[in-house]
Amino acid sequence: MTTGHPHLGVALDGAGRHPAAWRSPHARPADLFDPHYWVALARTAERGLLDFIRLDDSLGPPSARLPGRLDAVSVAARVAPTTASIGLIPAATTTHTEPFHVSTAIATLDHVGRGRAGWWPKPSRTLAEARHFGRKPVAPDGELTDEQGEFVDVVGRLWDSWEDDAIIRDMATSRFLDREKLHYVDFEGTYFDVRGPSITPRPPQGRPVIGITVDGPDTLEIAARFADVLFVDASGPDEARRLRDRAHAIAEGNDRDPAELRVLAEITVHLAESEPQARRQRALLDARSDVPVPDGLAFVGTAAVLADRIAAWYTGNAVDGFTLVPGVLPWDLDRIVEDLVPILRDHGLARTAYTADTLRGHLDLPRPANRYAHT
Amino acid sequence: MPHSQHPRHRTRIHLAAHFPGVNSTTVWSDPHSGSQIDFASFEHLARTAERGRFDFFFLAEGQRLREHQGRILELDVAGRPDALTVLAGLAATTDRIGLAATATATYNEPYELARRIASLDHLSAGRAAWNVVTSPDAWTGENFRRGGFLPREERYERAAEFVEATRTLWDSWAPDAHVADRDTGVFAAADAGRFAHHGRHFGIDGRFTVPRGPQGRPVLIQAGDSEDGREFGAAYADVIFSRHGHYDAGRAFYADLKGRAARHGRGPDEIRILPAVTAVVGATAEEAQEKAAWIRRQQVSPRNAIQSAEQVWGRDLSDLDPDGPLPDFDPVADGASISRGRVRSGTDPLETARAWRELAAAKGGLSLREVVIEMAAHQTFIGTAEHIADRMEVHVRDGASDGFILVPHLTPTGLDDFVDQVVPILQERGVFRAEYEGTTLREHLNLPIPGPAAGHRHDDVAV
Ligand SMILES: Cc1cc2nc3c(=O)[nH]c(=O)nc-3n(C[C@H](O)[C@H](O)[C@H](O)COP(=O)(O)O)c2cc1C
Repeated sequence: MTTGHPHLGVALDGAGRHPAAWRSPHARPADLFDPHYWVALARTAERGLLDFIRLDDSLGPPSARLPGRLDAVSVAARVAPTTASIGLIPAATTTHTEPFHVSTAIATLDHVGRGRAGWWPKPSRTLAEARHFGRKPVAPDGELTDEQGEFVDVVGRLWDSWEDDAIIRDMATSRFLDREKLHYVDFEGTYFDVRGPSITPRPPQGRPVIGITVDGPDTLEIAARFADVLFVDASGPDEARRLRDRAHAIAEGNDRDPAELRVLAEITVHLAESEPQARRQRALLDARSDVPVPDGLAFVGTAAVLADRIAAWYTGNAVDGFTLVPGVLPWDLDRIVEDLVPILRDHGLARTAYTADTLRGHLDLPRPANRYAHT
Repeated sequence: MPHSQHPRHRTRIHLAAHFPGVNSTTVWSDPHSGSQIDFASFEHLARTAERGRFDFFFLAEGQRLREHQGRILELDVAGRPDALTVLAGLAATTDRIGLAATATATYNEPYELARRIASLDHLSAGRAAWNVVTSPDAWTGENFRRGGFLPREERYERAAEFVEATRTLWDSWAPDAHVADRDTGVFAAADAGRFAHHGRHFGIDGRFTVPRGPQGRPVLIQAGDSEDGREFGAAYADVIFSRHGHYDAGRAFYADLKGRAARHGRGPDEIRILPAVTAVVGATAEEAQEKAAWIRRQQVSPRNAIQSAEQVWGRDLSDLDPDGPLPDFDPVADGASISRGRVRSGTDPLETARAWRELAAAKGGLSLREVVIEMAAHQTFIGTAEHIADRMEVHVRDGASDGFILVPHLTPTGLDDFVDQVVPILQERGVFRAEYEGTTLREHLNLPIPGPAAGHRHDDVAV
C-alpha cells in the first residue's frame, strides 16, 4: 500500500462481462466495432480518474453468441490520442504469437500513449484458437503457462535492448546510434530463441506495465516473477491477503522488491440506485442468457455498498486495488464513474486529480533500470 | 469486372506519403531533423499529407536492425515503431487519409495479421492498407520463433497463399452479418466469420472475429521487383509500390505490370502503380539544384560514403580517404553479405564498381564520396513548384505511373514544401483532388469495393 488509496482500473470488453450484456437496453451492441464506442468508454474512465482501462482479447471468438472482437492493442492505440492520462492495458496472447512482434506493438503503444501502455499477456488455451493457426496442437495448461512466462521474460529483455540514450546523433563521428548501447538479447528458451535487439527504441516508461491474471499456483509463480500487476480472483479479503503474501514471498525469492507488485482483486459489478433495482436488472439479463452465467465474485447492488466493500478490503491490507469489471457497458462504467468514485473520494479512497502522466506513475511504480546498462 | 468501370477522361494523380525511412536517404544531421519515433512526428507528417489531400500515409518495416560488417549499423536513422499500432493511433488524429502498413508474409500468420489489419480498417472507418513484403532471410528469422525456415524460392508462394487466406478471412462476414438484434437474441449471423483454408503453407479453419470492414477489404499494396514479385503484384495488388520513379524506367515498368495484370484477367484501372519519388522544391531552378546538391551531401557523410563503397566492394575500406579516388582493386565477388537488412537491387558488384569508375572518369576524376553522392542519392524531381507539377503531370499522362509515393528526406517536416507549393498547382490544374470525395481509401484510389464473393476470383491464378 503506497498511495493511501486503492488503485482502480476498469475492464472493458464487448458489451460487458455478462453473457447477455449486449441484450440490455443500456448496451450498444451495434457499436462494438465502432471506434467512437471505445473512445467514449475510455474517456468516461478517464473522467473517473481511474488508473487504467484493461482491454480483453483472444485469437478466437469471445463467445459462440458474440463471435466478434477487434484487436485490443489496436483499440488501445486508437483511444490513446483521444485521452491524456489514463493507462491502457490491452491483452495480447502468448501462445500462437511472436514475442518480437508483441514487444514492438506494446512498446509502440507506449510511444503513442506517451508512457501509458501496459500489457496483459494471456495464453490461448482453446482448440479453436490452435486451429486458427494450424501450427501446433493445444498444449497442457502447465506448458502454456510456462511458455507465457518465457514470452513475458523475453519481451522485457527486448524492451531493454535499447538503452535510453542509444540515439546520440553525434555529428563529430557521423553516428546516429551508439551501438554499445544496443544489445542482442540472445534468448534461448524452451519455446523460442530470439536474437534481438528490438527494432523499436526503449519505450517512454522503460518497460510498459505487465499485468498477469493469477488463476493457480503456476500463474502466481510467473506473475510474481515477471508482472507489475497481478489480477486476482479472491472469494474474500482473507484469500486475497494470502495470495498477496504468497506473491510477495515468491518475488523476494526471485530478488524482486515485493513493494513493486500491485495485487488487484477482480470484481464484476452490476450497479443501480437501489439493490432491488440492481437485482432486477441482473435477473433480466440472466433470463436473456442462453448460457449459464458464471457467478464468481459478481457484486450486485449500490455504489455505496460497493464502496464499503472496497474500503474494507483495502484498509484490511488484503489488496492494493481493484479491477472493476462492468456487467453491462456503458451502464456500469457510468455508475462507477458517476456514483462509486465520488463516494470513494469522500472517504479519501480515490484520487482527486491525476498526479502523474504515465501508467507507472498512477500505480506508484518506479521507472525500471535497464538490465543491460552498466552505469 | 468490366475493364473501364472508371473511365479516365483526364489525368488523375494519386499521391502518398512515405514516412522517412531507415536508410541514408533520411537526413538526421540537419538542425530541422526531429525524432523518428515520437508520435508527434508521425502526427505531423500524416496531417501534412492529409492537408495535401493525399491518398495515403505509408510506413515501411524491417524486422531486424541493419548490420554492417557483422555489427549494428550506426550511421543511419534506426529505430521504428510497430506500423499497425502507430497507424491505429493516427486513425484518431486524422480523418480521411489512408493508413498503409508494411508487414511481411514470412514472419506473420494470416489469422493474426488479417485480424490486426481488419481492426485498423474499422478503427479508421475504412482507411487501412497492407503492403505485403516477403522477407526470406534466415538472418531476420533469428528474431522469430519460426526462424528462417523459408527457402528463397518459396517466399512468393507463401505470400500468395497468405493473401488468399487473408481474403478468405476478410470475406468471412457477409456485409450484413453483424445483426445485433436484442429482441431475437441474434448478435451475428450463424455462419458469421466461419472460414477454412487448406493449402501447402496454411491449414486453418474456424471463426474470424472481425466483421467485414467499411471498404469491403483493406487495400493491398505490393512492393517487389523480381519476376515472381511482379507476377504476384499483378495477380493480387490494388497498388504497386515501385522503385521506378524516372520517366523511361517508369513507362517500361508500367507497361509490363499492366500487361501482366491483363493476363490475370484484371483491367488496367484495377491496379494503381505508384513509384517512390523524391522532390526538391525551390523558388528558382538554380535554388532547387543547390538545395538538392546540399541534401545529397547531407545524405552521404564521409563515413557513409566509405560504407556504401564497402557494400559494393564487400570488404573493409576504413583506411580509404573518402575524398580520394575509388579503390583500384576489384570487389570480392560474393561480398554482398557485408551488409544486412537493406533492400538489395540485386546487381553484380563487379558491374557496379565498373559503373562507378566510369562515372568518376567521365566527370573528370570524382572522389569516392562524390561518386557515391552521384550514384546513391539522386532526387527524382528538382525544380520550381511549377516545374515539378509539370513533370508529375507528364509522367501520369504518359503512363509512367498513376501517381507517386513521396519520400521526404526530413522527419517530420520534409513534406511541407511539397504540400504547400506543389499540391495547390496540381489542384488548380484539376489533375489532383481539391477535396476528398469519399471517406475510404478505396474511394480515394478510385478502386471498386470488392463484392463479398470476389475473393474467389483469383483462385485459379498460379503464382
Ligand atoms: C519500393 C520498395 C519498397 C519496399 N519496402 C520494403 C519494406 O518496407 N520492408 C521490407 O521488408 N521490404 C521492402 N521491400 C522489399 C520487397 O518487398 C521485396 O521483399 C524485395 O524487393 C525482394 O523481392 P523482389 O525480389 O521481388 O524484388 C520494398 C521493395 C520496393 C521495391
